Amino acid sequence: MKNTRKITIVSAALLGAALVSGGAQAQSVNGADTAWILTSTALVLFMTIPGLSLFYAGLVRSKNVLSVLMQCFALTCLMSLLWFAAGYTIAFGSDGVEQGPLIGDFGNLFFAGISIESVNGTIPASLFAVFQMTFAIITPALIVGAFAERMRFSAMLTFSAIWLLVVYAPVCHWVWGGGWLGDMGLQDFAGGTVVHVTAGVAAVVAAMVMGPRRGFGSVPMPPHNLTLTVAGAGMLWVGWFGFNAGSAVAADGSAAMAMLVTHLSASCGALAWMLMEWLRHGKPSMLGMVTGMVAGLGTITPASGSVGPAGAVVIGLSAGVICYFATNYLKNALKIDDSLDVFPVHGVGGILGTLLAGVFCSTQLGLFSGNGFSDGIDSIGGQLTVQATGVLATFAYTAVVTWVILKLVDAMVGLRVNDEEETMGLDLVLHDERGYDL
Amino acid sequence: MKMMTAIVKPFKLDDVRDALQQIGITGMTVEEVKGYGRQKGHTELYRGAEYVVEFQPKVKIQIAISDDQVEPAIEAICKVASTGKIGDGKIFVSPLEQSIRIRTGETGEEAL
Repeated sequence: MKNTRKITIVSAALLGAALVSGGAQAQSVNGADTAWILTSTALVLFMTIPGLSLFYAGLVRSKNVLSVLMQCFALTCLMSLLWFAAGYTIAFGSDGVEQGPLIGDFGNLFFAGISIESVNGTIPASLFAVFQMTFAIITPALIVGAFAERMRFSAMLTFSAIWLLVVYAPVCHWVWGGGWLGDMGLQDFAGGTVVHVTAGVAAVVAAMVMGPRRGFGSVPMPPHNLTLTVAGAGMLWVGWFGFNAGSAVAADGSAAMAMLVTHLSASCGALAWMLMEWLRHGKPSMLGMVTGMVAGLGTITPASGSVGPAGAVVIGLSAGVICYFATNYLKNALKIDDSLDVFPVHGVGGILGTLLAGVFCSTQLGLFSGNGFSDGIDSIGGQLTVQATGVLATFAYTAVVTWVILKLVDAMVGLRVNDEEETMGLDLVLHDERGYDL
Repeated sequence: MKMMTAIVKPFKLDDVRDALQQIGITGMTVEEVKGYGRQKGHTELYRGAEYVVEFQPKVKIQIAISDDQVEPAIEAICKVASTGKIGDGKIFVSPLEQSIRIRTGETGEEAL
C-alpha cells in the first residue's frame, strides 16, 4: 500500500495534471492536486490579509483605518485557532464516521484525527483542513464592513468567535460536510451560501442591531483613501482564483473552468456597475468599478463549478446591475448603515449566484449551458427549488442566530463605543495609536 | 504700499506668476486654500451616498507692492486668470503700513 502510494506520487509529479486518480485508489495523495491546493490556500489567505483588509481600510475615515486593519488581522489569528479547536470538526467531522445532517461529529476536536499520513480525497487531510481554515477566516472578516467605525474591539472578537462556531461551521457542514443541503443536491461550489449569504445576512443584522454611525445620512463620510481600496480590490481578484478554482480540490478541468468563469464574471460585474453609474450619475467611478468587481466575484462563487463561460457573463452582468440597485436601496431608502455595503454586495450577490447556478448549470441552454444538474434532478425548476431552499435556510438560520449572539454580546461587554469615543475615532480610543502621522 | 491678495483657480497659478513677473513683481507668497463665493461646491458620489462638498480648492496669492504697481498688477491678474466662468476668484487690495527686509534691515518700499 505504502509503495503503491509512493509510485503514485512519483507518477503524479511526472505527469502533472494529466494524471487522474483512480477510484480504487481514493486514499492516495495526488501531487498535482496537492500542489494546486497548497497554492490556493495561500491565495485565499492573501484575500483577507492584505486584500480585504486594505479594501476596507481605504473605505473608512482616516481616524478608523487601523481599527479595521486590526479587526481583519485579529480575526485571521483567532478564527484559525477556533477552527483548529472545534470549527473544523463541527463542519467536517472526522474520517470514516457517518455524518449527520446538521453538524459533524466531534472526532476532530483539536485536529485529533489529522496526521502527516492522513488523506482526504486526493490531498493530505492537513491541507484540506488549512484550505478550509482560510475560508473560515475570510467569512467573519467580511462582516467587519457592516459594523466598521463603531464596534468595540472586545465585542467584535467575542461576537466573531461565537458566530464562527454557531453559524459558519454548521452551515458549512450542511453544504460541504455531508449535511442535509449537500445531500439534497445544492450546487454551491465555493461558498455562495456558506460564505457570502452567511456573511451578508450577519452584516445587515449587525448593522440593524447596532444602529447607524453618528451622523449617518447627514455628515459626509467619504472613503479616506481609495488607492488602498483599489489595491486591496486587485488582491481580492487574484486571491479569488484560489477561492473558486481551489474549491475543485483538484488540479483538473473543473478547477480551470472555475478560474475562467470567475475571471469573466469579475470583469462583467465591474463593467456593469461602472455603466450603471455612468448612465445614472453621469460619470463612471473607480470605487464603483471595484465594487462591481467584488459583486461579480461574490455572485459567481456558488456557480463557479456549475456554469460555462457564457453563463458566467450573464451572471457577472446581472451581479453588477442588481447589487448596484441593492446598495442604493439599502442606504438611501431603508437607511440601514451597513457601512461598507456587505449585504448588498456579498449577501445579494451570494443569493443571486446561488439561484442562477440552478439555471445556468443546465446542459440544454446552447451557448449558455453548464455542467449539469445534481444527481436525481432533471429540470431547471427542480434544481432551482433546491437552490432556493439552500438560500432560505441559510438566510433564516443566520439572521436569527446572529441576532441572538449580538444581543448576548451586548449584554456581556457592550457592542458600541460611546458617542465621544466614536467621534474621536477607534484608532486612538481603542488602540492608542494613529494610522497616519503626516 | 499695498497688500494685494488674489484668490484664483489653482490651474491659473503659473500664468499669474508669469504675468506678475513680466511687470516687475518678483516676489509672492502662495497658499492652497478652500472656500466658496458664488460658485458654491460640488457633489461627490460613493456607492450611492452623495455628499455635497461646499468648499472649492483655490490658490491664494499675496503680494506686497508699491502704490503705482497696483493698477498694472490688477490688470495682469485679471487678464490671465479669467476664464469667463463663475469661480474665477477675487482680488483684494488693502493698505500696508510697513515692510522690513529681515537680512538688511531695509524698510518701506526698498524692502518690497
